[in-house]
Amino acid sequence: MKTSVEDKIFYAAVNIFMVIILIIVLWPLIFIVSSSFSSKEAVMAGRVVLWPVDFSLEGYKAVFKTNEVLIGYRNTILYTLFGTILNVAMTLAAAYPLSRRDLPWRRPIMFVFTFTMIFSGGMIPTYIVVSELGLLNTPLALIIPTAMSVYNLIITRTFIENSIPKELLEAATIDGCDDIGYFFKILLPLSAPVIAVITLYYAVAHWNSYFTAFLYITDSKLYPLQLVLRNILIANQIDSAMVTDFDTMTSKQGLADLLKYSLIVVSSLPVLIMYPFVQKHFVKGVMIGAVKG
Amino acid sequence: MKTAAIGKNKHSALYKLKRHRQLFAFLLIPFIYILIFAYGPMLGLQIAFKEFDASLGIFGSQWVGFKYFEKFINSYQFGRIIKNTLVLSVYSLAARFPVPIMLAICINVMRNKRFKKASQMIVYIPHFISVVVLVGMLNQFFNPYVGLYGNIYRMIYGANAPDLMTNPNSFLHMYVWSGIWQNMGWDSIIYLAALSSVPAELHEAAQVDGASRLRRVFAIDLPAIAPTIIILLILNIGQLMNLGFEKIYIMQNNVNLRVSEVISTYVYKEGISSSGGNYSYATAIGLFNSVINFILVVTVNTISKRINDTGLW
Repeated sequence: MKTSVEDKIFYAAVNIFMVIILIIVLWPLIFIVSSSFSSKEAVMAGRVVLWPVDFSLEGYKAVFKTNEVLIGYRNTILYTLFGTILNVAMTLAAAYPLSRRDLPWRRPIMFVFTFTMIFSGGMIPTYIVVSELGLLNTPLALIIPTAMSVYNLIITRTFIENSIPKELLEAATIDGCDDIGYFFKILLPLSAPVIAVITLYYAVAHWNSYFTAFLYITDSKLYPLQLVLRNILIANQIDSAMVTDFDTMTSKQGLADLLKYSLIVVSSLPVLIMYPFVQKHFVKGVMIGAVKG
Repeated sequence: MKTAAIGKNKHSALYKLKRHRQLFAFLLIPFIYILIFAYGPMLGLQIAFKEFDASLGIFGSQWVGFKYFEKFINSYQFGRIIKNTLVLSVYSLAARFPVPIMLAICINVMRNKRFKKASQMIVYIPHFISVVVLVGMLNQFFNPYVGLYGNIYRMIYGANAPDLMTNPNSFLHMYVWSGIWQNMGWDSIIYLAALSSVPAELHEAAQVDGASRLRRVFAIDLPAIAPTIIILLILNIGQLMNLGFEKIYIMQNNVNLRVSEVISTYVYKEGISSSGGNYSYATAIGLFNSVINFILVVTVNTISKRINDTGLW
């Protein structure tokens, strides 16, 4: 079918609109990356607009000389690793029985979980619970209080209910497989897509979270990366030891700004490098979440 | 035999537990977790009605009734905080809501497959940036001396730009539009999913009748996602008073505090921060907010069920 003039104009307009949107999304991102690779003089004089000016790695050198950043990086990797393992294990352990129609008191038990999505004790009572359990200022405070998200539980349960044929359970039962055996031998391998989705959701949430650490951790040796970032990027607490190589105040300010740009890039890198490869899983999670009803 | 005795009554709780003991074993730890970390704090809510004393504990502290609720309602902060919370959430919803719908429709209209795929991939990216980095980016980006905004302003006007980050009037717009920048792509996924389920025959038939693509947007695409739009609108209204703490708190500074102090940040300051320490008062404020949220969610869910038979539960 031939495209009419009217349609041609419309398609062109949509394409132009999308180009504008892409510029709005990409320009700030490119600007940050370009600034991080520019010299501190160029950053300070405000000469960076789109591409790097006077290419330099000074900012990155400063980042990797900063002890807090390295400690924060290591801590975040550990919290993300162990936190995500616990998250996924807990979510699967809860989702499997709740997906079984023959589970007694299935609806009331599910209600106990879902009710927490619409009503919660709030910040202070949760803080008291965490504190009473002696978790304050321990790495466990970043892992245990957020051990499971009910939203991800619902995604997982919906996936199991909709994508794994019920006949499999019957067949396995006839072959003498018990509930535990069925879970490990049949359900887990078939749930790989949803496991990928929730693993990514949990891992990104751990990587990006500053709030739990902000509330529960005061020992700076246990700070995750995001909290270190907050102190440098937002509260502007740049350790003077980091910039002692430079004498003048302006030079210090220049390096501080450069350091911020490099820090933004370094801290977001793992998530953004992974992103193109796992993007389809993230999107799938939204779809599974949407079909629940 | 013991098992036989239990097996006599198939409806007894013990029988059910025993028969499905493996399933309950799976549930045990998640269940205990949710009891401690979700229902434990709910028990702790009673300190909103008590004079919390750490040495006496939650249960031993003295009851004081609605003292702290009255204190909050009568405090000079009350009107301002409620107003800030409402202004921020209503403006945020009104500005944020239509954008992903427009974006999804445009992406759906696009004919060049590769451009379409690339666009989708790119607009989702900002969703994965952490709150700290986002606000850090805002600070750098709108820095009048070294930021892109300042650099462009200087190129055009030849003078230094006004500092938007310390301007209380710009806080609202910064908060809302950075949120739109971050999430418009991600929020469009659900509409794209609804659009992709529109049967191709519908479009073909309309084309035969001579309907232009723009006409088909209004006659086919929009009606197709209308139910999704309504459900999401209702769900969003239910979350209206549920403003997150994280982003607002790190965007706050002494200058914009009079417009940026909202319920959640106030709870933190009164309760946990070093200047606060008044657990009972902070809990009362938090509970006040939770109850409003709860009523909103239940109400909109009931309405949603009446209208289109879908809801959260």
